[in-house]
Amino acid sequence: MRKLFAAAAILAIAGTGIAAAQDAPFGMQIKARQGIMAYRALQMGVLGGMAKGDVAYDAAAAQKAADNLMATVTLDASMLWPQGSDNSANPASTALAAIWADGSDIGDKATAFAEAVTAMQAAAGTDLASLQGAMGNLGGACGGCHKAFRVPSN
Amino acid sequence: MRLKLKTLVAVAALAVGAGWFLTRPSPLPDDAMSGVTADAAHGETVFWAAGCASCHSAPDAEGDARLILSGGQRFPSPFGTFVAPNISSDSDAGIGNWSALDLANAMTRGVSPGGQHYFPAFPYASYNKADLQDIADLRAFLATLPADPRPSEPHDVAFPFNIRAALGGWKLLFLSTDWVVTGDLTPQEQRGRYLVEALGHCGECHTPRNLLGGTERSRWLAGGPVPAGKGRFPNITPAGLTWSERDIAEYLKSGFTPDFDSAGGHMASVVENFAHLPDSDRLAIAAYLKKVPPSE
Repeated sequence: MRKLFAAAAILAIAGTGIAAAQDAPFGMQIKARQGIMAYRALQMGVLGGMAKGDVAYDAAAAQKAADNLMATVTLDASMLWPQGSDNSANPASTALAAIWADGSDIGDKATAFAEAVTAMQAAAGTDLASLQGAMGNLGGACGGCHKAFRVPSN
Repeated sequence: MRLKLKTLVAVAALAVGAGWFLTRPSPLPDDAMSGVTADAAHGETVFWAAGCASCHSAPDAEGDARLILSGGQRFPSPFGTFVAPNISSDSDAGIGNWSALDLANAMTRGVSPGGQHYFPAFPYASYNKADLQDIADLRAFLATLPADPRPSEPHDVAFPFNIRAALGGWKLLFLSTDWVVTGDLTPQEQRGRYLVEALGHCGECHTPRNLLGGTERSRWLAGGPVPAGKGRFPNITPAGLTWSERDIAEYLKSGFTPDFDSAGGHMASVVENFAHLPDSDRLAIAAYLKKVPPSE
């Protein structure tokens, strides 16, 4: 009897979770991609702190951050961006439907980001000037997507 | 609700009663720009500070293509969709044959060379505080940019908002050449005020608007939901923006927030423009923002 009660309780709790997920579609995908963005921001913080002179340049730490950024580029995140998982489907997302629209150049922008990260990976551990030189393009690549494909938020 | 009704009644009264005389287009005196010598090099700074390329470049233009001011970007609003016109050097499609006075009338009076009211989607409610010298310099710089023959597209604005004569009433109600932030300001803060309130026209997005599209100066830069769109314009008064002046200046240069998120949407364009300004101007903007009354 006690087991049955526990099972019912678990089912009830799990049911609530499923119901919540249905109320806000693509919740898991949105959380996952925002997690990746936050992870990238942390790596950018390491590189940017050094680039701005807030933190002393440390070749090993800079290289590690650039390598970590590259890991997010090579990660297969395609399943996190299903058609329709935009801000109008779920306000938790700041993604615009334009990402999936005909003629969208999201692929080109993703390639530009991958190239900027590749350049940063080559530069970060070399010296501070190289890191600073790679920072502009990397920032531009972040902005490239956020400009075209994100709702106003900052 | 009572206030909205009052506003509507006020507008109706203005349009009908006061009539054409009060609301007619009012250009500058013919000799307003005489004796002003233009400096095209300084005009480039004005160009980036005023953000012309953000709206007047072709949709999705990037890099140097942002200097081709062929127009065509669409701006949805509660009153309809405005389409940025061609302001390239083309003498037919663009503004190639405009004088400095024509540009000054457009920017500070919202009046076209033909004597028509412009829709305030063109931010003359901010540009009306611009120095005429800066406008002369901007005119000279714009003349150095390429011509593009793409014709301007008509705005898609429904009745009654498509009646340009009614814009005279709007101007009477909502235009002001007074600074919003007054009081004792350092020269740096005054420069920041000029960049934010006049050329940068930051309040056009970051200040909430009333039912008729006038900015609510009492809630200056307090942000709010995007009208006829998604997302929010953030509050950039000290109540909403708590970054250090250095962080604000850095964001306006690189697009990175202190947490290393990056600027998105139209703000990414603003950063592309402001990156062309000297550090001193970005720091001036930051210093000014700290003087804005906090507003929720």
